[in-house]
Amino acid sequence: MKRLHAIPILATFATLLSVTGCGGGGGSHVNVNTVAASGSNIQPVTVNAGPAGNYANGAFTSVTVCVPGTSTCQTIDGVLVDTGSSGLRLLSSALTVTLPQQKASDGNPVVECLPFVSGYTWGPLQAADIQISGEKASTVPVQILSDTDFPVPLACSDQGSSQDTLTALGANGVLGVGNFAQDCGAACVTTGASNPGLYYECPSSGCVVVAESLSQQVPNPVALFPADNNGVILEIPAVTAPQASVSGSLVFGIGTQSDNALNQAVVYTLNANGNFTTSYNNQTYDQSFLDSGSNALYFLSSSATGIPLCPDATFFYCPSTTQNLSATNQGLNGASSEVEFSVANADSLFNDNAAAFVFGELAGPNSLAGFDWGLPFFFGRNVFTAIEGKSTPGGTGPYWAY
Amino acid sequence: VRQRIFLFHVGIEKLCPSAVVRFAAILTLLTATLPAFAALGEAASSVQVDQAHMQGVLRVTQTQAYTVHAIQAATGTVVREYVSSSGKVFAVAWQGPWPPDMRQILAGFFEPYQQAVRAQTHFRGRQPLRIEQPGFVVHSGGHMRSFAGHAYIPEMLPQGVTPEEIR
Repeated sequence: MKRLHAIPILATFATLLSVTGCGGGGGSHVNVNTVAASGSNIQPVTVNAGPAGNYANGAFTSVTVCVPGTSTCQTIDGVLVDTGSSGLRLLSSALTVTLPQQKASDGNPVVECLPFVSGYTWGPLQAADIQISGEKASTVPVQILSDTDFPVPLACSDQGSSQDTLTALGANGVLGVGNFAQDCGAACVTTGASNPGLYYECPSSGCVVVAESLSQQVPNPVALFPADNNGVILEIPAVTAPQASVSGSLVFGIGTQSDNALNQAVVYTLNANGNFTTSYNNQTYDQSFLDSGSNALYFLSSSATGIPLCPDATFFYCPSTTQNLSATNQGLNGASSEVEFSVANADSLFNDNAAAFVFGELAGPNSLAGFDWGLPFFFGRNVFTAIEGKSTPGGTGPYWAY
Repeated sequence: VRQRIFLFHVGIEKLCPSAVVRFAAILTLLTATLPAFAALGEAASSVQVDQAHMQGVLRVTQTQAYTVHAIQAATGTVVREYVSSSGKVFAVAWQGPWPPDMRQILAGFFEPYQQAVRAQTHFRGRQPLRIEQPGFVVHSGGHMRSFAGHAYIPEMLPQGVTPEEIR
């Protein structure tokens, strides 16, 4: 009987493989990748509902923070893995260990306002030793998100809405492992009008914008690891149907170990703002990007794609039947490749799969900012994110490779 | 010194629930408080003041349907205001490494904008911003070091102008 049962299982595998081989063939697009399972540079990642219990397509992991130089540590889970930002940010409400406050040379506490698309994070910088898998970065500035430790300045709250609660953030923190070595970079070192105003000193008289040196800014913690510090690979298996949870790996380093080689991955270099181009229907969009912190494939508008928006989940597309589409990504280095992707009816995805939080065919509009290739792009692909200025076997970052 | 870049001096704290009432209110307030924007000279001088304060570079381009005043701030972010032939700003757009000051850009629409953003807290994840109310539309997206967006008043779009070209 066991042998007989094996035949239909093999047939199912064969069907899956043949669908992959012909690039979809009218069905859903399924990619196949190999996910590294364990190693000193490998951190488990889970795509699930997250600590708020309602996140769709969020890749979460745990991070250990320690008082610098001590064994006083706390491991915080439910931290969103975000290749679209740089720096570790943790909810104050999730933190039980007391980390030392970062101070300016005049002794005043340093506090940050970081703009995101839909709002801002606000809170003090505190120093931590950060441990993830077998990797450790020492005495790293971390942003602790809180609207109450220091009053939010008007110039910060004007950015939109606070992301400093579990409800708003949907996570206990954000682990930014993007292409930039710091969140702000050179602009925040300058004084005057060229400074975008992310860093503040907050004496009791009130918070004022200050210039902050690169070494005092919130860094991509990976860049501070003693080894495996030139980037990451996010490895998540293919998602063939809506499901509650999927396990993957965040691999540190590019070409530094036997488990993080580029192999056949193609390198796509980026412009100074961290974008490459995506072409779709003979139009080129030069502000396109890969971003594990976006929870769907966001592109164009309903009028440009001809795909209606959802009556219920109005942030998403709701075609009457699943649309199989293709676009072409191109790096500044000229490397290009076609990407096949599918757009399903998001209202149906949500309503027919109430217990699911992983959706490979979730997509929505992004009227202005190019193609935002969110987490579904990462399903079935090992995506390399190389950090600016770091050398790798594929050249110096920043780049993406897949 | 807080610098006013954009010209929605509508001075209303909340949009009225009815689109008709809202549209009438906008028209009335624009007419009542903004005679300057019926005059090209005043609008241009206001933009030049903004340019000076932002230490930015101003560029003016004209199409048949509207004039675009673009200011590149010292931070690298470019803000464009779209002025109709009647001298009214019907849209603003931004693009650059950091978002602009939304209060400055949206002026009287800032409070409704804040309310709409806060209403989207139960949103199942991080995604581009999309506010589409009868009298007020905002789209924005991007990531750290790359932000783009626009805001416009649908009723005020000149004939033949599509939202896609406001960028």
